[in-house]
Amino acid sequence: MSTVVATREPAELLKNGAIQLMLAINAVIMIYPLFVMVMSSFKTNAEIFSSPFALPAHFSLANAERVWSETNFVRYLANSVGITMAAVTLILLFSTMAAYAIARYQFRLSALVLMFFLSGMTVPLKLAIIPLFIQLDSLGLVDSYAGLVLVYVAMGIPSAVFIMTGFLRTLPRELEESARMDGASEFRIMRSIMLPLARPALVIVAIQNAVPIWNDFFFPLVLITSDNLKTLPQGLTVFIGEFTTDWGVLFTGLTLAALPITLLYIVLSKQFISGITQGAVK
Amino acid sequence: MNIGRRHTTKAFPWRRSLWIASLLTPALVVMVLFVLWPLLSAFRLAFYEFNGLQPTGFIGFENFRKVLFEQPYSGWTWNALKHNIIVFFALMVFENGTAFLLAYALLKALPGHRIHQVIVFLPVVLSAVIVGFLWKLFLHPLFGLVNQTLALVGIGAIPWLGNESTALGSILFANIWHWLGFPTLVLLAGMQRVGKEVIEAARLDGAGDYVLMTRIIWPLIAPSVTIVTILTFIGSFNWFEIPYVMAGLTGSPGGATDVLGLYFYRTAFGSTTTGIQDFGQGSALAVMMFIIVAGVTAIALRYLRRREIEL
Repeated sequence: MSTVVATREPAELLKNGAIQLMLAINAVIMIYPLFVMVMSSFKTNAEIFSSPFALPAHFSLANAERVWSETNFVRYLANSVGITMAAVTLILLFSTMAAYAIARYQFRLSALVLMFFLSGMTVPLKLAIIPLFIQLDSLGLVDSYAGLVLVYVAMGIPSAVFIMTGFLRTLPRELEESARMDGASEFRIMRSIMLPLARPALVIVAIQNAVPIWNDFFFPLVLITSDNLKTLPQGLTVFIGEFTTDWGVLFTGLTLAALPITLLYIVLSKQFISGITQGAVK
Repeated sequence: MNIGRRHTTKAFPWRRSLWIASLLTPALVVMVLFVLWPLLSAFRLAFYEFNGLQPTGFIGFENFRKVLFEQPYSGWTWNALKHNIIVFFALMVFENGTAFLLAYALLKALPGHRIHQVIVFLPVVLSAVIVGFLWKLFLHPLFGLVNQTLALVGIGAIPWLGNESTALGSILFANIWHWLGFPTLVLLAGMQRVGKEVIEAARLDGAGDYVLMTRIIWPLIAPSVTIVTILTFIGSFNWFEIPYVMAGLTGSPGGATDVLGLYFYRTAFGSTTTGIQDFGQGSALAVMMFIIVAGVTAIALRYLRRREIEL
């Protein structure tokens, strides 16, 4: 027995060392490019080209000032914040309402309605962009916030209904029943008793939808043409077209665009990971 | 006990129905207007000729015939399709293969494993536009980080994105860097569900890492592998943003990075260089992409699920 332990332990140590080395190399590959991106945002063009690996000589904000004053960056950022917040709010509102009806009441078409929502989860809406474009055009919603938000809401509802229905079904009946005996209205029961309990599920649904909407490029590319309505990823392509040779400004734009979601991710990494992998991890 | 409930269901049935209907209406209206109707129309419009935004007449399978068999369209279609297939297999091997190794390394729960999980997932939360541009700058032949690093060990400047033989691989690399964390953490979650007891029991029976991985973990994480495979397939056939940002709308150089997503977008919404814009042919492409994705997913699900049941 003791000989087995003696031969196993160095081997185990070696193996663990190899694993740590592999994870460390991977971490460098993941982090170093982002580190260079952030450092380059403080550099002048000449510095980036001549000494790409060095830290910046001065932590100069000259590039950031140019992004602020010479581009529409702040406008793009504000548009992305507004569109993401509007879409996520409506997804939470509409899906929770529908899920509440399906989960908490028995009615004849309930299974059919749930099936309808679930089948929406399998539809890649990108491939229906042509009729969607014609539809929005006929409603006068092309090149407007409303059109883009409605598309995101439609995309988000199916999986949100799925998650919320599953969660709301797990809540105990007794709470609802006793409130009803006390004479509370159906709306009050939903609003004041059931929904506060659903908060953890609402957070997951919010993150699961907010990240892809915030990052989306395809739908704004097709649906938005006015510069003042462009979202951050879309605006970035405009901005990069204007500053092709000015790498300091380019890296600054990329850094500033990555900053908000990266900070949020660092604070809420657990919720981000479970929100984004939700659906693939049962 | 049930007085309250009977009160609402029996005494005011219409009020209850109205309440339920009003809860369901907003979500249903949005779904019908912006998912169901566009999807059904997508199939119908593929059989029409277009003048701008207006369908002008039913032309049967003419749009399909053009994109599949009439030059130059058919050449573009098959070239793009070929690249989508390459992308799928490359991602299965390099992205998911690496993810599997990383997941197994993380499963050991050595010191620091949580921070490694957060790190590998960090690029996943960034927009493909940011990732694409960042790597486009890094892959610049003269001033890019990649060639500057290679120059340190004496390797000459390689025009990664300008060379037909390296362009697709370079874009795939950026994509793998972007998404690696996703399959890693999905597979890790699958491995963690196998359970410590099973792994310890196998270890007590004398199973080494190799046997443990091939005989115990690999078969037991079949559901996660199924999901990752299917999502990779769907992702490969919807691939658009990173190639658009890194290689442009025409899949430069010379169509070496063209994929169906780019070709579809060009056909439907017009390319700046050719100015062609055809909703009919675009719809035909979309329908074919939909059939490929839905068909292969259904077949794969059946085949891969059988592997799960056999256990």
